[in-house]
Formats: sequence, structure tokens, C-alpha cells
Amino acid sequence: MKILVCISHVPDTTSKINFTDNNTKFDTSGVQFIIGPYDDYALARAVELKESLGATITVLNVGLTDTEPTIRKALAIGADDAIRINAEPADSFFVASQIAAQAKEGGYDLILMGRESIDYNSGAVHGIVGEMLGMPSVSPVMKLDIEGGKAKLAREIEGGKEYIEVNLPFVAGCQEPIAEWKIPNMRGIMSARTKPLKVVEAVAIDSGVKLQKFELPPPKGSVKMVPADNVAELVNLLKNEAKVL
Amino acid sequence: MNILVFVECAEGKVKKNSLEAVAFANAMGGNVSAIAIGQVEQTELESMGKYGAKKVLHVADEKLNQGVIQAYAGVLAKAFQDVQADVLVLADSSLGTPVGARVAAKLDASLASNVVQLPDTSSGFIVKRSIYTGKAFANVSLTKPKKVIGIRKNAAEVKEVGTPVSVTPFRASLSDADFSTTIVSSEKATGEVLLPEANIVVSGGRGMKGPEHWGALEALAKTLGAATGCSKPVSDMGWRPHHEHVGQTGVKVAPQLYIAVGISGAIQHLAGVNSSKCIVVINKDPEAPFFKAADYGIVGDAFDILPKLNEAIKAAR
Repeated sequence: MKILVCISHVPDTTSKINFTDNNTKFDTSGVQFIIGPYDDYALARAVELKESLGATITVLNVGLTDTEPTIRKALAIGADDAIRINAEPADSFFVASQIAAQAKEGGYDLILMGRESIDYNSGAVHGIVGEMLGMPSVSPVMKLDIEGGKAKLAREIEGGKEYIEVNLPFVAGCQEPIAEWKIPNMRGIMSARTKPLKVVEAVAIDSGVKLQKFELPPPKGSVKMVPADNVAELVNLLKNEAKVL
Repeated sequence: MNILVFVECAEGKVKKNSLEAVAFANAMGGNVSAIAIGQVEQTELESMGKYGAKKVLHVADEKLNQGVIQAYAGVLAKAFQDVQADVLVLADSSLGTPVGARVAAKLDASLASNVVQLPDTSSGFIVKRSIYTGKAFANVSLTKPKKVIGIRKNAAEVKEVGTPVSVTPFRASLSDADFSTTIVSSEKATGEVLLPEANIVVSGGRGMKGPEHWGALEALAKTLGAATGCSKPVSDMGWRPHHEHVGQTGVKVAPQLYIAVGISGAIQHLAGVNSSKCIVVINKDPEAPFFKAADYGIVGDAFDILPKLNEAIKAAR
């Protein structure tokens, strides 16, 4: 089985978000970058499938050279080789087009990624890739098992889940608890250094989405404390000041 | 401008966030058509006219009673062309978002999800999207002639602006490939207020000490007509189901009122609640970081405060 895992390179979840260049660029100073948490779940499940069923895992990232440490980490976790598409991941349509162009000739049985990246939160890449490759796409997937060429999935819906069957190949956007995140061990880290990482130039594409500017939310006012023995006052404030009751 | 709105239905009713999508489309000032797929009461569909739809299409097909992503995308793309739409508006949800992505790819449309307010069409078509899990916004210009936009909860106010309209049956011929995924079964909490759509959310964290103490939270939620949520540790430990997990990697909520009980307020949890209008934090630790993100706070014992708060709200209503 051939599995393609697409990963994003995103700021750590505890990062403070700031912008530079007149609010047109993300400020990377002091920010640590990680494999997107949802993508990390997809990768962990791919590694489990490799261990139980046998598979090769190719990890793919759309990004500039600064994403290579993140790609190496994915190799350390258990991917066999990697592809970096040398471009800024501008938006979903752009990224999906790059993935689809690579995957078209790849003969992958499974294309996994996170349900969304935690920077732009679009949740669209899996759907666009599926459409471009003429494959089914399912998201958000919280359980994925493979039995005899068929996959059994659980998809989270509002207030519950759906159980789905689908033939390979297909595209899945993953989330917890599909697998436990894996921490690379020393052997993995050593072997990751020599695993193949192919750099590919991006295909030209007009995604029809152009950034104008970024914006931060207005600062939050200070908290008003209410004594524990006066919950009636809280109710009064919620009703008459905040007007939310 | 012709606008098509995808109306999501559940248990025979139109989902609340889809009413917002119709209201959003109406506020954009276009000629609004709405389309619903699967089982839904006729009067529910007719009432879309009240919120601004001039035309309501309905696809009644047994195979489409469940939300098959590919097939729904096929229907919407067909309807988009039939009504000569310029824009498809849908509410972001576990179904809407992945369906919207496929429709955009089918139509070669500009796509934006997580849109928080009406587009600025004074020069071009600029939408404001929530990014970095609610920590920032991006204003992006959608430049292709066709556009697909997914809207977040509270992006539009639901107002009655018109009268009911009649429903037109709609057919889309789909291929077998559109049904290559099979929904075998589903499980769904019934009778509860759904977390992503709730106007009020009451959420509990590790400070609740165990699943057996959720009764007090649920009682308060019931009084308020609220949904219940929880922090990541609580869902990881299996105290509450995963679909109640609010936060960076769980459900992102945007209620009028979010009440957090015994949740310290890790930045990953805040990412899921920072679009709430008003946040109340109840925690016995005065140093809990959540207080910094709150509008109102009480330092004290949850088991003591919850029943009192419940009574005080009952008395005030």
C-alpha cells in the first residue's frame, strides 16, 4: 500500500500571532513551527497502518526551505521519503492543486492529511484534492481501518458520528482520536537525515484568492470579578450589562 | 448578483446556521435562491422566503437523505449553473465545509471559508476570514467570477424580511461515482442543543473532578437552554464524548455566552472560545489564566456555585 501524507508547517499552538510589513506578512520572530496537529494525527495513523499492514509513506509539504526541519521530523516519525513543493502555501486551492499535480502520477492508495491547517483553518484541501483526482474525500475522520481494499471510517458530525465505508483510493482529512501522536525516537531521528527528500517546483495556478491584509482582534477589556457569595449579581450583570441572558 | 444558498437539514428541520446563511445572502443584496437536499418538512422550506429567499429548490432523493459529500457537491454545482449563480453561500459545518471545497473545485470558483462578516463589494469582492484558530483575521479578495463562501456562526443576524415561498422540486443526475462512499450508520445525540450552534455554552474542565459531577453543569445548561462542552483533558480521559471537546483541535464555538467551570484556560482551549461574545469563568484558582480572557469571573468552588447560579437564573427569568 502506498500512503501519501500531506503536512502543513504551522506555528506552535501556543504562539502569539503578530504581523509585519503593514499587516501583510506573518511575523515569524520567536515563533516555533510544528507539523500541523491534525496532520500529525494523519501521519500517526499512517505509521500504524504501515506497521500493521505494510505500506510505504511519502510525506508531502508545500513550503519554502524553512519547512525542511518539519519535514525531517515527519520522516523521523516514520515516513519513508518526502516531497517538498517549493512554494509559499498561499491558500487552499493553491496547495490542493500542488498536491493533486504530484499525486496524479503517484498511484497512492490513501491520501491523508489533517482536517484543516491551524494557520488558515480552511478545511478545504482534502475536498479539492479529491475533486481534482476524481476520488472520494471524507472529513473530519476520527477512525480509519482498512480491511481487504475497503476502508471503514468514522466521521465526526455535529453531536455524534457517521460510520462510512469507502473503497481505496480516497482522500481523508483526519482528526483525533484517529491515532496517538508519535514522538520520534533516536533511531528515527538518525535515519531521517538520510531519507530522500525531493524538491519539486510548483505548478503555476490562479487560485482566485488574494490577500489584502491581516488584522488582529480588538484587545479584550479587563475581567469584572463577582464575589462567590453573590451569584445574583452575576446574573444581573449578564442580563443588564452584557445583555446575553 | 445571483446567490445560491445551501440549506442544511437535520431531523426534518432546517439547521439554524443555514438560516444565518440565507440571511447573510439576503443582506448581501442579491437575488437569493436556496436549495435543500434530503428529508425536510415542506413548511420549513417555504419559510426560507421569510428570511430572504426568492426561490427554494428541493432535491427529494432517498439516496441523498444522508450527507454524502461528493453527491451533495454534485447537486450544488448543478444547481449553481441552473440558477446562474455568481456566489454560493453555505454555513461552515462538518458537512458544509468539505462540500463547499468540492463545489469550488468543480466550478473553478474562488473559495473562502470561515467568513465572519458581509463581503465588501465596493471595489471587487473582499471577505474577512477568521484565521489562526480565531486569533486573527485575513481580508482576502476573491477574484474569479464564481465564488463559494462558507460563513461562521453569527456572521449574519436572522431577521424576517419576507413571506414564505413555494418550493420547486429539483433534480440532478448524479453518477455512481458520486456515491462511492456509503454511510453505513450514524449515532447522534438527540434532543440536546448542539454545541456548534448553541447560543449559550456551559463547559467543564478537570476542576469538575469526574464525570459523575456533570449533573450540576447539565442542570444549569438545561435552565439556560445551553449546550454542554468540555476541555481537551476531559474528553481525552473519556469523561465526556469527543464531540463536546471545545478548543484548538476540537469544536470552535461562537456563542453569545460561554460559561467555563473548572477550566484553567490553556491557550489551546481559548482558541476554541475566543469568538464568544461574553465569557464567564468560574474557578477556585484565582491565578487561572482563563480569567484574563473573561468578561466576568468568580473565584470559588464550582460545586457550591453551580446550584446557586442555577437557582438565581431561574429566579431572574
